[in-house]
Amino acid sequence: MTRHRVRGRLPVVLVVPAVIGLAFLLVPLAGLLIRTPWTSLSTLLSAEVGEALRLSLICASLATVLCLFLGIPLAWLLARSGLPGRGFLRALVTVPLVLPPVVGGVALLLVLGRRGLIGEHLDAWFGISLPFTTAGVVVAEAFVAMPFLVISVEGALRAADPRFEEAAATLGASRWLTFRRVTLPSVLPGVVAGGVLCWARALGEFGATITFAGNFPGETTTMPLAVYLALETDPDAAIVLSIVLLLVSVGVLAGLRDRWISGPT
Amino acid sequence: MTLNANLRVTRGTFDLDLDLAIAPGEVVALLGPNGAGKSTALRALAGLSPLTSGSIALGESTWDGDGTFLHPEHRPIGVVFQDYLLFAHLTALENVAFGLRARGTRRAEARAEAARWLDRVGLAEFAQRKPRALSGGQAQRVALARALATGPSLLLLDEPLAALDASTRLQVRSELGRHLAEFGGHTLLVTHDPLDAMVLADRLVILEHGRAVQQGPPAEVARQPRTDYVANLVGLNLYRGTANGTAVDLADGGVLTVASPVTGAVHVAFPPTAVSLHVARPDGSPRNTWQVTVAAIEQHAHTTRVRLDGAPSVLADITTATLADLRLRPGDTLWAAVKATETHTYPA
Repeated sequence: MTRHRVRGRLPVVLVVPAVIGLAFLLVPLAGLLIRTPWTSLSTLLSAEVGEALRLSLICASLATVLCLFLGIPLAWLLARSGLPGRGFLRALVTVPLVLPPVVGGVALLLVLGRRGLIGEHLDAWFGISLPFTTAGVVVAEAFVAMPFLVISVEGALRAADPRFEEAAATLGASRWLTFRRVTLPSVLPGVVAGGVLCWARALGEFGATITFAGNFPGETTTMPLAVYLALETDPDAAIVLSIVLLLVSVGVLAGLRDRWISGPT
Repeated sequence: MTLNANLRVTRGTFDLDLDLAIAPGEVVALLGPNGAGKSTALRALAGLSPLTSGSIALGESTWDGDGTFLHPEHRPIGVVFQDYLLFAHLTALENVAFGLRARGTRRAEARAEAARWLDRVGLAEFAQRKPRALSGGQAQRVALARALATGPSLLLLDEPLAALDASTRLQVRSELGRHLAEFGGHTLLVTHDPLDAMVLADRLVILEHGRAVQQGPPAEVARQPRTDYVANLVGLNLYRGTANGTAVDLADGGVLTVASPVTGAVHVAFPPTAVSLHVARPDGSPRNTWQVTVAAIEQHAHTTRVRLDGAPSVLADITTATLADLRLRPGDTLWAAVKATETHTYPA
């Protein structure tokens, strides 16, 4: 009864754009599914597709691990330390979010390229060269994806009650032990949500990757790059690659969602 | 080893200046209204906020002051927080074992010791429960076990019973009393509940506006309050005045006749039940009679408390029958009477 009444009151001004918005998001995906040549799918799933997919998954996962290692401490620094200028730092951290990824790739080249500010020394002293390598893909993806993790974890840290950390201190726990045993478990949902966002962003990363790591099959050609290339030569292959990427990312997100992110809503 | 603390903390316009000495095995209650500085004192003792000046020392070991500052994790303390702050992702057992683990006890040993503590507080069968599956009283006992498990020298209790409902409170209070009696270290109980303080503590320190205004054994504080706050807590009428024989000139106006002759600055106290109210000036044995105006009437469980303005102003407890006889309303003028023998006089 109540439900019926509430539904009757939904204002048209909101419902119409909402439905259009929903269609706008879903129709392209539906189109992709409709145009997929399901019958010849198996023949189109070539070795290159498998390789690109494997590379994508590995690089996105490594980038996520890198982001977790660096991003969680950074989020902690922004949320918990009395560091002056934290607001400014927080703003800086979010720059890669709004920066066009291609620009990010160019910036990475300028710093980590063979003649870059740091890359020059990496090459000269250690013989390490990041651009146009698989490691370069991970770096590019991590650069673009890390802000998602930092913002998510920092929000969770700011919402967590710091008095639990005080309680741990009175029980004799050092700050590191407190962080591991008290702080981190209490913000775990935020870390997982941030990690998932970060992973999804890394998986779909295109602009910074192609700029910084180039496009070498088997080494730096991730799925998004393969889709873009295939579109020019073999549209059917592009569709297949897209559908695989779509299924993998939706599958992983759905799996994680059930396990971790679903709240009492 | 006595715990000696000279707590000086300045924060904005607030200023705490409190000297505390707690003997081993002694339970001291820090009692005061909200904002008196009780929590500030507790946080300073725990090392959660530093002193502005002064010192904290347990025997020969300095915790704060003289250029030393021992962080909370290095102080031999146990704290029971007002809302317990149990770690939600750990079981009751893991919560109790946390302090032992943090202080370097091996896992198996820590868990065995934690299990013993849960048994002592009567929660052995709840060891595997998460805090959210515990009742308020059970959570309080887990918090107490967690604080005591590390064998602290100083136990700090921050309003340990405030979060409990009235019926649980009675039982948890008596259990807490038993554990405090067994505890050989120093205990500081911070509370704004006079009943908790009276029942649990060996000595009360009354804190108002960052200063200790009175201290002593509960019975003495209850009988001889020195400030209006304490008098109000223990439910007594309290007056300051200058005595000359059996007549006491009150500082806020009026004269009271007391039972035995005294001289100098004194406090006069008597319970609201000692006050009788009359429509006309009474004759006979009551030695103190004065005119008062009804300011407010409050209904309590079995009596009615009447707040009366006059010289002096006074609280009177009357029976419902008297209330019906007098048909009291705010603004009515009456006569108050108190027998001299019902008053208690002591030096200020």
